Amino acid sequence: MTEPVLSVRDLRVWYGTDRGPVRAVDGVTFDVRPGETLGLVGESGCGKSTLGRGVLGLTPAAAAVDGEVVLRSTGGAGRNLVGLPAKEIQRLRGPELGLIFQEPMTRLNPLMRISQHFEEALRSHEKGLSKQEIRTRALESLRGMGIPESRYRSYPHEFSGGMRQRIMIALALVLRPAFIVADEPTTALDVLVEAQIIKILADLRKNFDTSLVLITHNLGIVAEACDRVAVMYAGHIVEQGDAREVFANPQHPYTRELLRSTISLSTTGLHYIPGSPPDLVEPPQGCRFHPRCPVAMRGCATVEPPEVVLPTGVVSACWQQAIEAEPSLVDELGPGGREPLAAVEEISVADEA
Amino acid sequence: MLTKPDIEPSGEGAAAQVGEPLVEATGLEVHFGLRGGLFSRFSGGPAGAVRAVDGIDLTLRKGEVLGLVGESGSGKTTLGRTLIGLTKATAGSVSYRGQDITALGERGLRPLRRRLQMVFQDPHASLNPAMDIRTAVGHPLRIHNLVADDREYEARVVDALERVGLTPPERYLGKFPGDLSGGQKQRAVLARAIIAEPELLVADEPISMLDMSVRAKILQLMLDLKRDLDLTYVYVTHDLASAKFFCDTIAIMYLGRIVEYGPTEQVFADPQHPYTEALLAAIPEPDPERALPRELPRGEIPDAARPPMGCAFHPRCPVAVAACGWEARDLRTLLENRWLELAPEAASREKSLFADVESLAADGQSSVAIAPGRGHTPEDVLEYLRHLREEASEAEPREPFWHGVVTMHAENGRAVVEFAPPRDPRLSLIPATGVQVACHLREPVGSTTGT
Ligand SMILES: Nc1ncnc2c1ncn2[C@@H]1O[C@H](COP(=O)(O)OP(=O)(O)O)[C@@H](O)[C@H]1O
Ligand SMILES: Nc1ncnc2c1ncn2[C@@H]1O[C@H](COP(=O)(O)OP(=O)(O)O)[C@@H](O)[C@H]1O
Ligand code: SF4
Ligand code: SF4
Ligand SMILES: [Mg+2]
Ligand SMILES: [Mg+2]
Repeated sequence: MTEPVLSVRDLRVWYGTDRGPVRAVDGVTFDVRPGETLGLVGESGCGKSTLGRGVLGLTPAAAAVDGEVVLRSTGGAGRNLVGLPAKEIQRLRGPELGLIFQEPMTRLNPLMRISQHFEEALRSHEKGLSKQEIRTRALESLRGMGIPESRYRSYPHEFSGGMRQRIMIALALVLRPAFIVADEPTTALDVLVEAQIIKILADLRKNFDTSLVLITHNLGIVAEACDRVAVMYAGHIVEQGDAREVFANPQHPYTRELLRSTISLSTTGLHYIPGSPPDLVEPPQGCRFHPRCPVAMRGCATVEPPEVVLPTGVVSACWQQAIEAEPSLVDELGPGGREPLAAVEEISVADEA
Repeated sequence: MLTKPDIEPSGEGAAAQVGEPLVEATGLEVHFGLRGGLFSRFSGGPAGAVRAVDGIDLTLRKGEVLGLVGESGSGKTTLGRTLIGLTKATAGSVSYRGQDITALGERGLRPLRRRLQMVFQDPHASLNPAMDIRTAVGHPLRIHNLVADDREYEARVVDALERVGLTPPERYLGKFPGDLSGGQKQRAVLARAIIAEPELLVADEPISMLDMSVRAKILQLMLDLKRDLDLTYVYVTHDLASAKFFCDTIAIMYLGRIVEYGPTEQVFADPQHPYTEALLAAIPEPDPERALPRELPRGEIPDAARPPMGCAFHPRCPVAVAACGWEARDLRTLLENRWLELAPEAASREKSLFADVESLAADGQSSVAIAPGRGHTPEDVLEYLRHLREEASEAEPREPFWHGVVTMHAENGRAVVEFAPPRDPRLSLIPATGVQVACHLREPVGSTTGT
């Protein structure tokens, strides 16, 4: 198997606040291989954007970062981005790391022509390109996204939302990054345009070796455009594995509940997870999902579940699967630890997101 | 006027009885004035009226949940607002319980306002941040003078909060919008909408700005309110999945028109309009067993100030025919898309056949005279276009553009391309389905609809 371009090990990103640290990403481990698309899903507030920024070294100064983010360029030895000076990271951005945002309008400068955006990006990361080379590279990248040459000197507002998102993707790709994070890139778009953008992102892995972390709350998008999926809850990855496998046979109770509560064309009854993700200043003890989990056991409220690698390769962090895989682990839950957690306390609208 | 579809309740809202006509729109139009100044200069071309709603007939019955579905810019919000008198119609009429509300002034509308309420998309923007929940939710009671004293006011507000699940109410009365989550704010907005005992609620994308996990809850709340308060809903959305679950009847909108209209179950089981088919095919499906690779329609919804000729969907329609409204700017799109696929050198060689490709951008032209580029003759241009047509006749999927080209010939030093005269597809009923559809491919045999 090829070596991962990105290896994240026990990454923590905590924001300092008056109330204490917000543990937005709290011990996360995963790999992304060349050309692979990893979907990152979960309710809002679970730490997806923080994780996406964390692996790009884009966390605010007030955030504490710990763990490893190892980036390997082709054939290179790999270097840990955590602890690297901001200047170093800035140098890597573009050629190695790219970022695509939800609302491109806020990222494209309204006063600059599209051509100027490309000139700026290419000049700052690849010194010594001639004007002609810049133009050729930019047009090639735009053409790949279906933007004709005749629009090269237009301003951002002269484009539709879908075209702007294509321009953002072209702008990220023109630097030929090894690795891109796309944070909710289609949330502001209509269904048809969203489907077009998803197709473009899905084609990326065929046509380039670019790896992609695709953050989205739309599970359908992950099922269609991603090779692997990581489900995030309260700063942890609770389940990760092959996207088709996870969607066909969700293992972790949170993944199951998330899938059940999604309104799709096959929805015949409304289902929802009571309450909302916890405050990450004081996350619940034990399994962080236990206050909302329909199959929580008494031990879940006190002891954190271990990660188990299942025969399918899927990794899940839940006591149910842990005990099934290794029955002796039940002892860790303590006496009576397997009893159902006395009626998950009524969760009212007061806790709703 | 066309036959109205038989309402066969099918959505979840159908549990209640669907009864007599409550709101009827006839030939409804909302055209927004000429675009002036900056905006028209940016958007290019002559400034024109925006035909936000462009000739709509519909009947909403008591107890029905009607979904207005389409991409943004298709006129859903404007139609929803006009149905309850919040936006003025520029032509046609809307009657509510037999009374033409388009004829009423502000004073005449006031007593109706309390019966016809609207819930907006963005709960954050719908609530004044400086107003506590007690004041915000009870606001309609004050405006319509519905309570005698403060005690009655308080009791009504408490009741509304309980109905929307903001319990215990005492906990919320003194709170400000900033203290509430997105879902809680939308509950407060719903409380304000129902407090004056409305009959009809127009809900404009009420769940689309909410977090995934809250959407089902708010939809459930709307179902509960409908059942408890005997409401009728117009549900505006771009999300087909929630519309399928929630609505009895669906109207699919495109650029100010309804293109397909009928019982939800029927529309989803057997979509008739190519646009409906496209929307359905575009929905990402979380179940890997059901996900299919698919062809997507190209392009995006056009500017409503410069709608395409004929059927407004034709530039994106994979199955369009000659009469669908082909025009000069479709040729430009065809050429530009072709050149995107070619190597830059080949593309510039082909481009040099044309003096000015941009001149094809004008709208509303069923015939175009193309000036050849320097060093080329009209015959060169014609030969090139014929070559493209030849190539297209063998390619899959078929490029529908060429169906629309009637003749290509040289005239006064130009290459002239003439398109088939555009016809406007009109909504017509498909027998035995209760579904109306506006597409030339679905017209009853022998009919001569259109203009
Ligand atoms: N700059 C910040 N300072 C303090 N807390 C933050 C900051 N950014 C995000 N958070 C908090 O971190 C948690 C995770 O947020 P985020 O990464 O945006 O999650 P998601 O993208 O899954 O919605 C949330 O509780 C959020 O309020
Ligand atoms: N007050 C207004 N003035 C001018 N144009 C408007 C106004 N409101 C909407 N429009 C235009 O009318 C068209 C339909 O808009 P809208 O009803 O908001 O559609 P939707 O809700 O389907 O997105 C759009 O082109 C929009 O720009
Ligand atoms: S560990 Fe326990 S509480 Fe957590 S998801 Fe598994 S069963 Fe539910
Ligand atoms: S009338 Fe029908 S076939 Fe023609 S463009 Fe419109 S939807 Fe397509
Ligand atoms: Mg986020
Ligand atoms: Mg709208």
